[in-house]
Amino acid sequence: MKLSYYPGCTLKTKAKNAEDSAIASLAALGIELAELPRWNCCGTVYSFAGDEELHQLAPVRNLIRVKETGSDKVVTICSFCYNTLKRADLLVTNNPEKMHTINTFMEEEIDYEGDVEVVHLLEVLRDDIGWESITEKVQVPLTGLKVAPYYGCTLLRPQDIAIDDVERPTIMGDLLKALGADIVDFPYATECCGSYQIISNPDFVSQRAWDILSSAVRRKADAIVLSCPLCDANLGQKQKELMHTHSEFKGIPILYFSQLLALALGLDPEVCHFELNYVDPQPLLESKELFRH
Amino acid sequence: MRTVISTETLYSDFVKKVEAISEQTLPSCYQCGKCSAGCPMCFAMDLLPNQIIRLAQLGLEDDITKANTIWICASCITCSVRCPRGVDLARVMEALRLITSRKNIDQVQIPEIPKETIAELPQLAMVGGFRKLTA
Repeated sequence: MKLSYYPGCTLKTKAKNAEDSAIASLAALGIELAELPRWNCCGTVYSFAGDEELHQLAPVRNLIRVKETGSDKVVTICSFCYNTLKRADLLVTNNPEKMHTINTFMEEEIDYEGDVEVVHLLEVLRDDIGWESITEKVQVPLTGLKVAPYYGCTLLRPQDIAIDDVERPTIMGDLLKALGADIVDFPYATECCGSYQIISNPDFVSQRAWDILSSAVRRKADAIVLSCPLCDANLGQKQKELMHTHSEFKGIPILYFSQLLALALGLDPEVCHFELNYVDPQPLLESKELFRH
Repeated sequence: MRTVISTETLYSDFVKKVEAISEQTLPSCYQCGKCSAGCPMCFAMDLLPNQIIRLAQLGLEDDITKANTIWICASCITCSVRCPRGVDLARVMEALRLITSRKNIDQVQIPEIPKETIAELPQLAMVGGFRKLTA
């Protein structure tokens, strides 16, 4: 099976570890993620304003790119891209007038008609492949690895684009369970990390990071697993500072779910680019005999 | 907190503008406080989210502008999904931000961001932040 894939900016740079491990894992599971030949920024944050059709042009243009490839479905790996593209699609699909305005404005493009389904990679794993098929392909079960799935905001809110239950999601935990890991449930799994406030109020993001990380540590998690590159940066980059301000805190590795998927499928660890993780997860993975240099 | 309520503010253009941009009906809020109870950023806010919507209902623009609340909101949408009255408070916050941003007032001075910070942060942090906090 071949699926159209929209990468977005950060997956080509800071989160190359998420992209490469995801593409390699999907290939091992029999799905080719075909990157769109042309794409632009998704807009990053969805515009909530009722009078800003201009901010919907970027995401809708990407959906037109998908249509041009003859596909009616696009996969995202970044949680923010998922949210922005999915919400833009819903907005114009539910508002024919807005769809008309946007199509008229972009007269050089073919019309968008709400005919592209936006899905996140976790949905592909759950709905197109299934947990049982994934378990069958596991070469290196993540036995003894205690992981806390952290969902953040953009995969779950608002409700109409949520990939799982808004308050009690299990999708990432189900995947990790299928890979053989032990799941650590913690109360901050769906709480915001502070998001873009990192550029204006970094100290408040430190507070958020501390609340989230220390909760996972108290619950005896070995690592936090996530999907969003902004959560990864906020929870990862802040750890040095937090180890300084909280002497008892020893740090906790943050991993993309796709990195653990690649490891469990027995793929070359090169695709995981562990050198890009803010806290080196290799000592932990070695101690659990999941990884060798 | 002492506030003065008048028909002038109550029926002001400000209230209409907030409702138009946010596409929300402000009087729907009955002040249960669930938004503030679940807000992950409220520890850093001068006024709580439920106080902001109350002030918006009354048209008290100055009190809202003086508080840091709308600029601390991280648009996580937790308030919106939990509101028992179906008020999308994240959209009200956005409308309030835009009323200031559209006067070309920025909350982040981009040239002042240290080079190291730019090198460290992922692109989506910067693009997202600039979209929400600058004109």
